[in-house]
Amino acid sequence: MSVHHLKFELNGELREIEVAADRLLIDMLREDCELTGTKEGCNVGVCGACSVLVDGQLLSACLLPAVFVDGCVIQTVEGLAGDGPALTSVQEAFIHRGGFQCGICTPGQIIAATALLAERPRPTADEVRRWMMGNLCRCTGYYKIIESVLAAAEIDEVQ
Amino acid sequence: MPAFDYHAVGSVPEALDLLGQYGDEACLVAGGASLLLMMRQGLVRSSHVIGLRGVDELRGIWRLPGGGLEIRALTTHCEAECSPEVQAYCPALAESFSRIATVRVRNQGTVGGNLAYADPAHDPPPMLLALDARTVIAGPEGERTIPLSEFFVDSFRTVLGKEEILVAVRLPALPSTARSMYLKFLPRGEGTEGDYATVSVAATLWPGPDNICEDVRLALGSVGPVPMRIGRVENVLRGEQLISDLIEDAAGLVCGEIDPPDDVRGSATYKREMARVWTGRVLQNLLERV
Repeated sequence: MSVHHLKFELNGELREIEVAADRLLIDMLREDCELTGTKEGCNVGVCGACSVLVDGQLLSACLLPAVFVDGCVIQTVEGLAGDGPALTSVQEAFIHRGGFQCGICTPGQIIAATALLAERPRPTADEVRRWMMGNLCRCTGYYKIIESVLAAAEIDEVQ
Repeated sequence: MPAFDYHAVGSVPEALDLLGQYGDEACLVAGGASLLLMMRQGLVRSSHVIGLRGVDELRGIWRLPGGGLEIRALTTHCEAECSPEVQAYCPALAESFSRIATVRVRNQGTVGGNLAYADPAHDPPPMLLALDARTVIAGPEGERTIPLSEFFVDSFRTVLGKEEILVAVRLPALPSTARSMYLKFLPRGEGTEGDYATVSVAATLWPGPDNICEDVRLALGSVGPVPMRIGRVENVLRGEQLISDLIEDAAGLVCGEIDPPDDVRGSATYKREMARVWTGRVLQNLLERV
């Protein structure tokens, strides 16, 4: 198995790390980088729990070989709000609108919603549903999740 | 996952050299969305994985002289879906890219990887077939092009040789009267959009004066081992006046041309019937739109 030296930016910090060719991004994030906010759900790219942003693009960390992120900018749920006390509008909205129940899918939901609002700051409810379709909630809290995303868009607009 | 060495390459010749060097031991990876799943399930075992991500010559979408379109193999589905060139060439083609799974898959999967993977249930192949796409294949002896209709050999099998790389798809210019449509039939409706189609129907139709069919191309997905053009229906329509009865009769011929599998998305009988119904509706819709 070949080993690769990667350099990338993770949540605003430059990182260098050695990984084996078969290391998946999710395992590198959770085990090597000790960022366990990104969850492993289905492990086949369907459920969205492992959603991360790579160069601003929404991707499944469970399907992405770690070697693919060499030179990239990665954002996980831990990096959205930075070190300050303030959360992002998406995070605030999920708290205040009850956008989660058990919470296991929430990091992925928040990352997916963040990617949507970056691309389309005022989505319609239908656009939210279509975009978030790939983020499953086993508690079926979908109405509140959609409400939260729409509320986050409103917070952003007011600010 | 079985152990492998990863080789990041920067050019097509470099990738071809490695394919020549490692032969049966090597496989190519573009976006990785499908390959990683196959490897983890033990369906693909390669001790050398050649990564094409750094090959700039495999990226881009542009119009060809005369009005055609070229999409390079490493273009992601999202890039193709949002490309102004694709939109201007044929909105239905952009639609077919937008119907693949979820936004995460569309950000990772590539146009070339999708074709080389050759899943008979994927969304772009029927639409590309109905647009008469050709594949551009690089090999040790140079490039060759073959029609997409000859590219798929069987489920998950293509004509690509061990030392060949799919580098692009090329689409010919469309007459200004041509209209295209891609229809993905999902019987369970809202919330299942990320699933594979139960059947999918793509067509390009151009009618002349008095609704005489100057030409038509029809292709279906999820109805057999490969996405397929339905020449028998095309032949019945070409040169004829497009009236509802003829369209219905022609659509009925689809049933005998396809071999859909019984599976969780429906029985073979049901899929045959749905292929007939949706072929008729797509053709009718294209006629009314003109």
